[in-house]
Amino acid sequence: MSIPKKRLGKMPAGEITDHKLYLNRRQFIKGTAAIATASLLQSSLVRAAETPEPTFTNLVTGNYSTQESSTPFDAVTTYNNFYEFGIDKASPAILAADFPDKIKPWRVTIDGECDKPGEYDYDDLIRPFTLEERIYRFRCVEGWSMVIPWVGFPLADLIKRAQPNSKAKFVQFTTLYDPQQMPGQRRAVLDWPYVEGLRMDEAMNPLTLLSVGLYGRELLGQNGAPIRLVVPWKYGFKSIKSIVNIRFVETLPRSAWMKAGPREYGFYSNVNPNVDHPRWSQSRERRIGELLKRKTELFNGYGDEVAHLYAGMDLKKYI
Amino acid sequence: MPLSKQKLILFIISLLPLAWMVVGLVTNQLGANPIETVTRDSGLWALRFLCLTLAITPIRWWLDINLVPFRRMLGLYVFFYASLHMLLYLGLDQFFDFSEIVKDIIKRPFITIGFFTYSALIPLAITSNNKMVKRLGGRRWKKLHRLTYFIAIASTVHFYMLVKQDKVEPLLYATIVGALLLPRLYRFFQSRMSQNKVITVTK
Repeated sequence: MSIPKKRLGKMPAGEITDHKLYLNRRQFIKGTAAIATASLLQSSLVRAAETPEPTFTNLVTGNYSTQESSTPFDAVTTYNNFYEFGIDKASPAILAADFPDKIKPWRVTIDGECDKPGEYDYDDLIRPFTLEERIYRFRCVEGWSMVIPWVGFPLADLIKRAQPNSKAKFVQFTTLYDPQQMPGQRRAVLDWPYVEGLRMDEAMNPLTLLSVGLYGRELLGQNGAPIRLVVPWKYGFKSIKSIVNIRFVETLPRSAWMKAGPREYGFYSNVNPNVDHPRWSQSRERRIGELLKRKTELFNGYGDEVAHLYAGMDLKKYI
Repeated sequence: MPLSKQKLILFIISLLPLAWMVVGLVTNQLGANPIETVTRDSGLWALRFLCLTLAITPIRWWLDINLVPFRRMLGLYVFFYASLHMLLYLGLDQFFDFSEIVKDIIKRPFITIGFFTYSALIPLAITSNNKMVKRLGGRRWKKLHRLTYFIAIASTVHFYMLVKQDKVEPLLYATIVGALLLPRLYRFFQSRMSQNKVITVTK
């Protein structure tokens, strides 16, 4: 893996990662040789010592934040499901250490049923929006959970700018497809690229976030840099990472997980302790860092904000 | 080297996975979800020791190396790591809430299979000493210990079912188990056929 030395000098100042972290990343790369052993023995080679200093300043503290204590930065950035960078939890932190490539501009297209489609560089995309911090619970379909201080802005703000038309019933999101940068895509574990979707009213809900950071700084590759979705009342896989396309569509989008297992992963995938995954119970979860499991709450505890979206719907049927 | 010393060495080596887990837990090296890691790893080591146990006979057939004296210990390590796996599930997954556990066993096929697999290991562990072999008689003992084949197949199915999407690892173990069991099946039918022949000749 050769990285041109000049690279640092060419980057705009705002994008330069703190030198300490940069050095750390090189260590991660050196560790690549040990990946095979690491995954075999399930040991985590990646150990960020402590929470790094925040880089976002003047963050507004958003509504809806939980008072629960946040899962340590270390855990949030080393325990990841991001199959584009390998299927075990430790490998994204290693394989996505240099993701996304700082030389290539990150472009996001907004298209489909809207009056103001467009293609934006990442900086232009987020410039109009006020970034805020939102501390949300995050519940994985596998039965573990975290509390994560996200940085982002409501998806609704972006949607209003794009001006969807009357045909727009759903929003479909697509992750980057680039097997060179995302080695996990070289194998057909899922039908790449990763696709997710929300109903328009879910997308417009004030809880739904487009996140660009966590713990007060830019997202790391393993957390879905540079921009990802956060839908805190749904299982984690709905919160699609590293987005390159946002499309307004008339028909229900088929997500990557729906294609992989339609019986197991539905479109809605709301956190629901009363509806089990076909293979395991969803009634409890292990909060990362805790020994015993705790009870899972309907809509991950966000019922006040989102239960009305599903009024009259049989949640056992619409999984 | 005397056999007893060789056995001692194997005994110590077989404890290394446990040592690795304990050290990992104490030094916080098992990632953000150490309980899941340890539960998974103990199950995986039970399966690995099971493969080793099943390899003893084919090794004798094909390589003419007799490792039979080590088989009992390897088999007991299957039981040891499977017990650890089971205890972690009962204690840290279900917190010994037995009504929940029963519900889980009934409702979830992969738990059901895991439960029966572990149950099948118990009589094998109990009858593993010389006294029990004598009490049962060699033939009956051998028959009982054919449960190992069921355990091998069931534990691979258990592994396959719990994996969310990428089935490569369980399929790898299924292949190994298949490679260890199929030659036995082949031999079994071969010997039955030759027995039939003998019968016709003597008629």
